[in-house]
Amino acid sequence: MTDASQPTVPNSSLHILDARTKRRNAAESRFKLYGMIAIGIGLLMLVTLLTTILSKGTGAFTQTFVTMEVELLESKLDKTGERDLEKIKKVTTFGYAPLIKTAFEQTVETHGIDTDLKSKTMAKILSKSAASQLRDYVISNPDQIGQTIEFRFLANSRVDGYMKGRVTRDSIANDKNITAAQLDFVDQLIEVGALKKTFNIDFIIGADASDQRPEAAGIGVAMMGSLFMMLVVLALALPIGVAASIYLEEFAPKNWITDIIEVNISNLAAVPSIVFGILGLAVFINYMHLPQSAPLVGGLVLTLMTLPTIIISTRAALKAVPPSIRDAALGVGASKMQAVFHHVLPLAAPGILTGTIIGLAQALGETAPLLLIGMIGFIASNMPGTVGEGLLSPNSAMPAQIYEWAKRADPAFYERAWGGIIILLIFLISMNTLAVLLRRRFERRW
Amino acid sequence: MPLSWLVLIILALAAAGYFIGRIRVLKLAGGEIRALHSLPIYYGTNVALSVAVPALAVLLVWLLAQPTLIERTITGMITPEMIPDGSNLNLVMSDVRRVADGLNTAISSGAMPVAEVDAMDATVVDVRAKLGALGVALGQDVRPEVLAAAKSYRSAAVTGNALRAFVVLALALVGFVVSMSKTKPDFRARNVVERAVLAFLMGAASLAILTTVGIVLSMLFETINFFGLHDWRDFFFGTTWAPNFRGDSELSILPLLWGTLYISFIALLVAVPVGLFAAIYLSEYAGPKTRAIAKPLLEILAGIPTIVYGLFALLTVGPLLVNMFGQSGSLGLGWMSGATSVLTAGVVMGIMLIPFVSSLSDDIINAVPQTMRDGSLGLGATPSETIRQVVIPAALPGIVGAILLAASRAIGETMIVVMGAGAIAKFSANPFESMTTITTRIVSQLTGDGDFASPETLVAFALGLSLFVLTLGLNVLALYIVRKYREQYE
Repeated sequence: MTDASQPTVPNSSLHILDARTKRRNAAESRFKLYGMIAIGIGLLMLVTLLTTILSKGTGAFTQTFVTMEVELLESKLDKTGERDLEKIKKVTTFGYAPLIKTAFEQTVETHGIDTDLKSKTMAKILSKSAASQLRDYVISNPDQIGQTIEFRFLANSRVDGYMKGRVTRDSIANDKNITAAQLDFVDQLIEVGALKKTFNIDFIIGADASDQRPEAAGIGVAMMGSLFMMLVVLALALPIGVAASIYLEEFAPKNWITDIIEVNISNLAAVPSIVFGILGLAVFINYMHLPQSAPLVGGLVLTLMTLPTIIISTRAALKAVPPSIRDAALGVGASKMQAVFHHVLPLAAPGILTGTIIGLAQALGETAPLLLIGMIGFIASNMPGTVGEGLLSPNSAMPAQIYEWAKRADPAFYERAWGGIIILLIFLISMNTLAVLLRRRFERRW
Repeated sequence: MPLSWLVLIILALAAAGYFIGRIRVLKLAGGEIRALHSLPIYYGTNVALSVAVPALAVLLVWLLAQPTLIERTITGMITPEMIPDGSNLNLVMSDVRRVADGLNTAISSGAMPVAEVDAMDATVVDVRAKLGALGVALGQDVRPEVLAAAKSYRSAAVTGNALRAFVVLALALVGFVVSMSKTKPDFRARNVVERAVLAFLMGAASLAILTTVGIVLSMLFETINFFGLHDWRDFFFGTTWAPNFRGDSELSILPLLWGTLYISFIALLVAVPVGLFAAIYLSEYAGPKTRAIAKPLLEILAGIPTIVYGLFALLTVGPLLVNMFGQSGSLGLGWMSGATSVLTAGVVMGIMLIPFVSSLSDDIINAVPQTMRDGSLGLGATPSETIRQVVIPAALPGIVGAILLAASRAIGETMIVVMGAGAIAKFSANPFESMTTITTRIVSQLTGDGDFASPETLVAFALGLSLFVLTLGLNVLALYIVRKYREQYE
């Protein structure tokens, strides 16, 4: 019995763990824990990112307004009483400032607010756009001169920040734009209900505003810029991408040219986006003299960038259609081209569509190439009137507008940047959801 | 004739050709569709293509070539003596272009008849005032030679446009007549149309090559220009980055490369461990339910646009780090002075890369054959021992490939570093200092008001080309490794 002579561990049993096994088991659970921590970190970052965006950005959707009755004095606006539009237009916004001052005096009187502020100081709680808002109204409704009409004016960004908790009495110690006395006045206006924070549709549909008026800035025009760029991308990238994939998947002979094309496409997919921006600047703007900052140029650059994504997903969709479909079509006498266009392509359409939407979503969020072709650095203030204008006149795009706001060193603009991100993400999420739904609804397993 | 009209006429002609071709071939066959070689639509399409394709192709070439040709002729007219001091050929040419545009506006708005424009003499008439009245603002008074050049510029463009309309329309008509005469029942229309479609498909596929060529050429030419103005040795081997728009700049890529690599290194330091462990957990431990929830959630991080990460770095992570490591920070270390730093950009970029690393590694780990795991587990190894000693070594080449791809993404990333990394080019190992990267400098050199002939602007193209070569090299290497690895187990 050689076994008996071997030293045995006393009381050894599979049910009782020895030190080594315990160590190994501990290592096992430690390793598993690392994995869980890693996932946890990833998810935590996602949650942090989303909560940051939501908590900082929702403020941009509400805005502080002051509601007041303004008497449109004939003596100030139309001295001759002829209601001649040309003469009314000659009154500049400075001419409207006294009306606002008077309106404040009357508001104080009717609500019985006790304040020793001068009307000029009171009027400073309004946005700098208040007078031009009044002027625009009068010019489009000259017959209202002489009437007293209720207006809703934007409060300036400091007052708005005070309502949102961004500005406090402590933080304005060195601020030239607002005083504690004005904030007291704001409090009194809130009490009588003349100053309120409400939903602000102009942030979503309005135009950008100058550095001095963050309260009036909106993302609407930039949204149109993005829309026109996406139209260009869709109109170019989808047909070209599908055509290229059909060629590579169905017709291309196996040779070195095809190999080069394939390697090229997979490399283009990984080229940094800024390089496409340089290409756009050099070719479309410096060589072809297309207009700078135009959504058309942005769309062309993004098309080149999106093409590899669309080609890769379209090829996968074409590959998923079983060869028996092609064989059946060829068997009843269709040409190869007919087999592809009449049978394979319709069956691959849902997959192609999904890939295209995802490609578009990527293009929508891209910023870097847009910086180089000049879609930042100016105020996108004009809503394009026609399609041609939308494609060729200078505009911004949503991500470029967000970057522009982030560069202006004013916390009120930061809030707008975060708000813009919420809108951008809503677009991206709905596009991706649409893609997922399409895939679920139409995907066929062969 | 305006361009849009020309295109519309051609398209209308093509559409008409489609219907006429269809009807004609059926009539020739006596209404008997079986007597045709191809379906009637192919005859129609053949006519439409013969009308539209050559005409539009010539139009496109013309559009690209005409401005260049006119520009060259007019540039030849301007002698060195005509360029005033402190100006250059480009400035004079842009004056010429603006005056020519102004003349066109004047004619098209009906303010000046063509004859008056042709007879206009800058020594007699104040052109600036005249055009200014029409809403064309000119920066300075128009000199006679500029007006002369602008006039020939305008008349060359007018002649060119007329000739263009004529040639293109003639081509369309010739296409129409030729294809119509070919339209007979035994004409193999389908084969012709299908060949045309195939050519279009091939063209679309080779657009990828064209893009690459475009990228390389557009940057190469400007880079060569740059090296003509600036010493290449300073660019590649110098140690200072100090652009100066008055000239005499020191433009060296090395400090930028250092900043780029340092930030990418920190990003990978964050992304690789987290991403790799997440991938291991998801593919080896997680049940199908956890996987179905956690994987798409992690991938949301990859779908978030980089501008969002940039803003997150600038407004959230940066201030947070300053609060911890800054002068009056909670740790009281005083290491960090501003929100932009290598660490800020690196950490945020790392977050962005987590899903990139994890989903690539996940695919690669899943590709390791199950039999290898079963063998290891059967010998008594714990799952973690199996992963560490069998799965990871087997997947290592693929994982290295994934990390290289992530590195190439990090090097080429723009928005996060533009907003989070700062603008100071220097060699420093301190991660709390702000540093700058290649992509940041490309953006700032090209978005300024710089003149496109100065080395300070052209350097952006040299930087872009270096970036392209760097990322391309990494990608090719990574794809090669991944492909090699896949072959091993297939």
